[in-house]
Amino acid sequence: MPIAYIPRTRELYSSYEPYRWVVNETAPWTPLRRPLTRSKLALMSSGGILYRDQPRFHREDASYRPVPKNARRDELSIWHFGYPTADAERDPNCVFPLERLREFEAEGVIGELSDPAFTFMGGIYSARKVRDELAPKIVAELKAAHADAFLLVPA
Amino acid sequence: MTSALDITQAVKPPRAVFVNFPLGHQTGKPDDPALQRSILRDALAAFESIEAPGTIVELPYVWDQADNSWEERDYRPGFMPRRPGREEADRIEAERRARFARV
Repeated sequence: MPIAYIPRTRELYSSYEPYRWVVNETAPWTPLRRPLTRSKLALMSSGGILYRDQPRFHREDASYRPVPKNARRDELSIWHFGYPTADAERDPNCVFPLERLREFEAEGVIGELSDPAFTFMGGIYSARKVRDELAPKIVAELKAAHADAFLLVPA
Repeated sequence: MTSALDITQAVKPPRAVFVNFPLGHQTGKPDDPALQRSILRDALAAFESIEAPGTIVELPYVWDQADNSWEERDYRPGFMPRRPGREEADRIEAERRARFARV
């Protein structure tokens, strides 16, 4: 049975005021313009991935980091307080599948992998900050890159 | 991608695929590229197969066929590993940045 994370985290943090989860009544929709084999795919992970000497994240930090798509595994590190990061530190592809998507690009599964990929640290309590500060910047990045599809990997 | 079904049902992204793995493994287990590729192939297929906004495709991957005790254990009190204190965190950060500044 999948974990019901909303009640479980409510219990875990029962000494705090209950967190107001985002609830949307409808889902937005943009049709895929062309087959994936001809699409430019952008990647973003909320797993707190850092490239080389990029500064780490902080609590309530709604900033993001661009990661060159050819980044090597040993150039990536993780900073995140909200999930156990040991496996992602060993292999960032658990939450940031850059190597796999590069393979897919080389094999023609996707048309192109957008450069750079993006990461942020998903432990941001303010949904407003994400919606009004982080999301518009990422949208601008994706439009400038002419990305056709966007794969989001939370962590 | 999601491993938190109830949160994704509430947020309603346009298209989603659910993998019932512990958080931190949405695209697979460490050092298992075959599994990572398989999950990602399924996720990418959803870009083309999902026709109704808000659809969540539940993928059939199982974390451990013999033991699903993580579902009871995760995100309970005492679950998270100890975090370094401020001084230790600052030292780790300084070391990491110095390591990459050199090469």
